[in-house]
Amino acid sequence: MTPVLSVHDLRVRIGRHEIVRGVSFDVEPEQTLGIVGESGSGKTMTALAATGLLDIPGAVATGSSELAANDDSGTTQLVGAKARVLRSVHGGRVGFVFQDPGTSLNPLLTLERQITESLQAHRNLTRRQARERAAELLEAVGLPDPERRLNSYPHQLSGGQRQRVMVAIALACDPELLVADEPTTALDVTTQAQIVDLIKDLQHDFGTAVVWISHDLGLVGQVADTVAVMQDGLAVEQAPILDVFDRPREPYTRQLLDARPLIGTVGPQPAPADAPVLLDVQGLNVEFDGMPAVTNLTFQIRRGTTLGLVGESGSGKSTVAGALTGLVTPGSGTATLAGTSILGVRGTAEKALRRRISLVLQDPFSALDPRTRVGSTIAEPLVVHRIRDSRQARTNRVAELLALVGLPVQFASRYPHELSGGQRQRVSIARALAVEPEVVILDEATASLDVSVQAKVLDLLTDLQRELGLTYLFISHDLAVVERMSHDVLVLRNGAAVEYRPAADLLSAPEQDYTRELLAAVPPARPRSS
Amino acid sequence: MRISNWRLLLGNPVTVVSAVLLLAIIAAALGAHWLAPSGVNDVDVPNALRPPSGAHWFGTDELGRDIASRVLVATRASLQVAVVSVAFALIAGVSVGLVAGYRGGWLDTVVMRCVDVMFAFPVLLLALAIVAILGPGLTTTMLAIGIVYTPIFARVARASTLGVRVEPYVAVSRSMGSPHRYILVRHVLPNIAGPLIVQTSLSLAFAILSEAALSFLGLGLQPPQPSLGRMIFDSQGFVTLAWWVAVVPGAAIFVIVLAFNLLGDGLRDVLDPKQRTASEAARGR
Repeated sequence: MTPVLSVHDLRVRIGRHEIVRGVSFDVEPEQTLGIVGESGSGKTMTALAATGLLDIPGAVATGSSELAANDDSGTTQLVGAKARVLRSVHGGRVGFVFQDPGTSLNPLLTLERQITESLQAHRNLTRRQARERAAELLEAVGLPDPERRLNSYPHQLSGGQRQRVMVAIALACDPELLVADEPTTALDVTTQAQIVDLIKDLQHDFGTAVVWISHDLGLVGQVADTVAVMQDGLAVEQAPILDVFDRPREPYTRQLLDARPLIGTVGPQPAPADAPVLLDVQGLNVEFDGMPAVTNLTFQIRRGTTLGLVGESGSGKSTVAGALTGLVTPGSGTATLAGTSILGVRGTAEKALRRRISLVLQDPFSALDPRTRVGSTIAEPLVVHRIRDSRQARTNRVAELLALVGLPVQFASRYPHELSGGQRQRVSIARALAVEPEVVILDEATASLDVSVQAKVLDLLTDLQRELGLTYLFISHDLAVVERMSHDVLVLRNGAAVEYRPAADLLSAPEQDYTRELLAAVPPARPRSS
Repeated sequence: MRISNWRLLLGNPVTVVSAVLLLAIIAAALGAHWLAPSGVNDVDVPNALRPPSGAHWFGTDELGRDIASRVLVATRASLQVAVVSVAFALIAGVSVGLVAGYRGGWLDTVVMRCVDVMFAFPVLLLALAIVAILGPGLTTTMLAIGIVYTPIFARVARASTLGVRVEPYVAVSRSMGSPHRYILVRHVLPNIAGPLIVQTSLSLAFAILSEAALSFLGLGLQPPQPSLGRMIFDSQGFVTLAWWVAVVPGAAIFVIVLAFNLLGDGLRDVLDPKQRTASEAARGR
């Protein structure tokens, strides 16, 4: 069978740096090629260069990428092709689905206008024909009431629905090739599972070849027939999916496989016996403009243990963190830390309290002030609380903390942009530990890190808990990560607790349907052979 | 791949040239009294309206005064007015905008509505009113221009503060119990400095134009103190006889304003994140 897309020795250079260093692959009809790699490995660059969509000033692509026509009328070279050629290919013969459905759709146009755009451009359909086809497409991607939906605007849809629309737009002209770049990364696990099924079904119906780019080897295992593992601009391993999982040849592939958090592998170290309750939250309610965000939430965390708070986006996880750290004002309920009330406290009592509960946020890029050096960032809580109140004492404490989170002391004089994502998250953790808090709230603290970095940060958190006797509230959407860290798990949905039990019981024998649904949506350790 | 601000700034020839030019103008203005070939008010009627020559580089005016000397001293006055008034506007505007943007709520509404009202007044009219109340002179001119430019800084500071206020690092700082003043000084102010620096450079250019306009109308610096606007006003009767009397002070205004504007554009390319990507790409990284 002739491959739909045949890429040979593809290279991308920006200035002196070679970002993609000679990648070759073929994509067969009805087959899916998964491109896996960590951030900065060049996977998106490869796909963009191969499809002629590379539009970064100063970037130069060389090599060959040939798109075969489905009527055997020869091939089209996409690397270095003229704009006119590329215009006829994009949207018509190659469709794209990108990561963020929030920004990939034009907020000012109706769905009809956005779906029919390529139909009118490439297929010369009339307005009426294009509208009929658009309605068919929306039905194919599983949007209810497609006729009416055509007149909707993107903001009237949920994230998952928007991504369905993106898939409809990508498939509008019946392309030979679909390029999906992290299409489910911004979605919840249950929505991710739906989009994966949708693309697989449509691929089967339309006979499309797919290039699926992802950082998540588990997800690629579910969708791909062959995989290219990328590292530093090179495809270090290319093989059928099961071979990669069962017999990885490259140490890097093995490393990626091992770093994945998997359900049912490791739990946290056993909780200290008869640990007293440290944080006790009873009947917490939070409303935003009359809309309930958290309803009647009750939980307890014993000293030295971790409570995992699991839920999808909008479930109220971060609101709980905000209420406990004074960033959000709760409507009613009580919360005590070792007997001291922590809600609605003001003045000196509040300041004393803030020392005892620290917060680590998700995004290591925005959680550090870009104009403050790492040393000053870590020392900020010391300054605010007048602890170690001399320059020398603070410098010593910063050095201690950097050593504690495994960073060299010289990092104190660096700015955040000089650090990698994992290093920044270590700085965030060091800052949170500076004033020796009793409770650390980790709000999706590893969600934006690469898997190998995530594994290291989780190890660090586990070690710190053991050494310092810390108590964690571990907020995450990722059940496997939660299992790795938590002694107890609370599943949150629409602001209310669905299930709250010890982690081992909840994950091995979930009682509620919603918990089972979440568990089922987690990619399995080894791809199911289909 | 991040290029340092300085390298990016120095890599833009237009910015470098305008910065060097400005430094030269400032140096010349500061040393005006030593550099000036003759006194600014040395009247020499027999030599009135002489064209540029070796003795008088830029010619003489209707009273035979050396135009080069007068332009030098007038430039110093212009720069002095511009710097002091923009500094006033910067301090007043940023304080107001910072607090309004960070605090939000009714305070923000009240303050920004006042700013809107100040904006609605034509710039010159507002300056005229202030001068009319306080009487013309150097201090009044500075105050008038300072007050006129305050709302611009208030707006820029407020808009940037609104963006920084919701940054996660501010939330973390609040969660650790930092006082508001600490957050404002340590986190918000450094992170809104970029747009403020750009606005300062552009406002300096407009302040020089405003000063020239006020002096032209006779409401700015008072004779015998030379000022660029007044020199242009005085030249009106002789323009057809002696072009240099009007052109030289006009050219001085033109060069200073252009230099400040170009410097402002160069700074914006570096300090505005949206422009920055483009200018980095233009450098080929």
